[in-house]
Amino acid sequence: MAVEGQGQGFFTSRLSDGIAWARKWSLFPYPFVTACCGMEYMSVSSAHYDLDRFGAAWPRFSPRQADLLMVVGTISQKMAPILLKVYEQMCEPKWVFAFGVCTCTGGFYDNYATVQGIDRIIPVDCYIPGCPPRPETVLDALMKLQAKIQASHHSLTGGVRPPGRCNGSLP
Amino acid sequence: MSDTAATHPVIERLRAHLVDAVVESHAHRGDETAVVRADRYHDAVRFLREDLECDFDFLTDLTAIDRLKMKQKPRFEVVLHLYSSRHNARFRLKTRPENDAAPVVDSVVDVYPAANWPEREVWDMFGVRFTGHPNLKRILMYEEFVGHPLRKDYPVNKRQPLVEGRRIADDRPGVVF
Repeated sequence: MAVEGQGQGFFTSRLSDGIAWARKWSLFPYPFVTACCGMEYMSVSSAHYDLDRFGAAWPRFSPRQADLLMVVGTISQKMAPILLKVYEQMCEPKWVFAFGVCTCTGGFYDNYATVQGIDRIIPVDCYIPGCPPRPETVLDALMKLQAKIQASHHSLTGGVRPPGRCNGSLP
Repeated sequence: MSDTAATHPVIERLRAHLVDAVVESHAHRGDETAVVRADRYHDAVRFLREDLECDFDFLTDLTAIDRLKMKQKPRFEVVLHLYSSRHNARFRLKTRPENDAAPVVDSVVDVYPAANWPEREVWDMFGVRFTGHPNLKRILMYEEFVGHPLRKDYPVNKRQPLVEGRRIADDRPGVVF
């Protein structure tokens, strides 16, 4: 089979699966922690719930070294340009978690100060509801993201982000 | 509720030393409160801070009230919560800037340096100006923000985003914003 640009052949599809397998087990999260959900992030990332089982334990505090942006906590209008800049500094391929209901929809902060969902600023792969979410919910989201990464097409020349929510059963 | 003839040592001293400054006062259940005229507000704060019988050495809080929907004039009321560590006593001092369109009161930063940020917050949230403040600019909202969000006539659904919103329909099929 020929190695073509769109990766429809046997070799490229195997290569895509291999890259996906490698990527989904070595996520480097960037915790963008602004509020109380951060306590729950600490819980899920430390020994008891242990994100390291999924290869996603090592937080990189530089967006240039991370590929999973975890937006953890309320994003105010004043914080929005900073979040956008952090997202733009990350290299492709990159994924985004909306961690907690404030990042999903603004939560109960339906007011002048709060962004009503970070998807008004940046695209989101997984929405994790809860105030704060249970660690199990975060692990569930992480497994769904892994399924999404595995199901996506990957090429060596650049990541391709399929639009849409991650539900573990994307084409 | 307001008892213009409240008898309390601090209120009595305030009345005695700043004649005609106290507009009303009450001491309901230990809630000693005095309302002073806006032009005597700075004098009253300095007196409460420096008089040894009062000696309110700690500014607990400085905030404001928009009384628009209470249908009272003047509209704004600046509130100080004071504490005296020597006497273990608390006191509330209020003043009402007269101009509803552009309320102005004296800054008390020279008396209580801790009033610096609360006065900036009151300016940010209510639009009350403090003359003599060393750095009166917004503290919570961004400079591009128009208006003062805790005013009762600020629209509750008004949003002023700094980042222009992106189209969400691509992410969430079927969801219309």
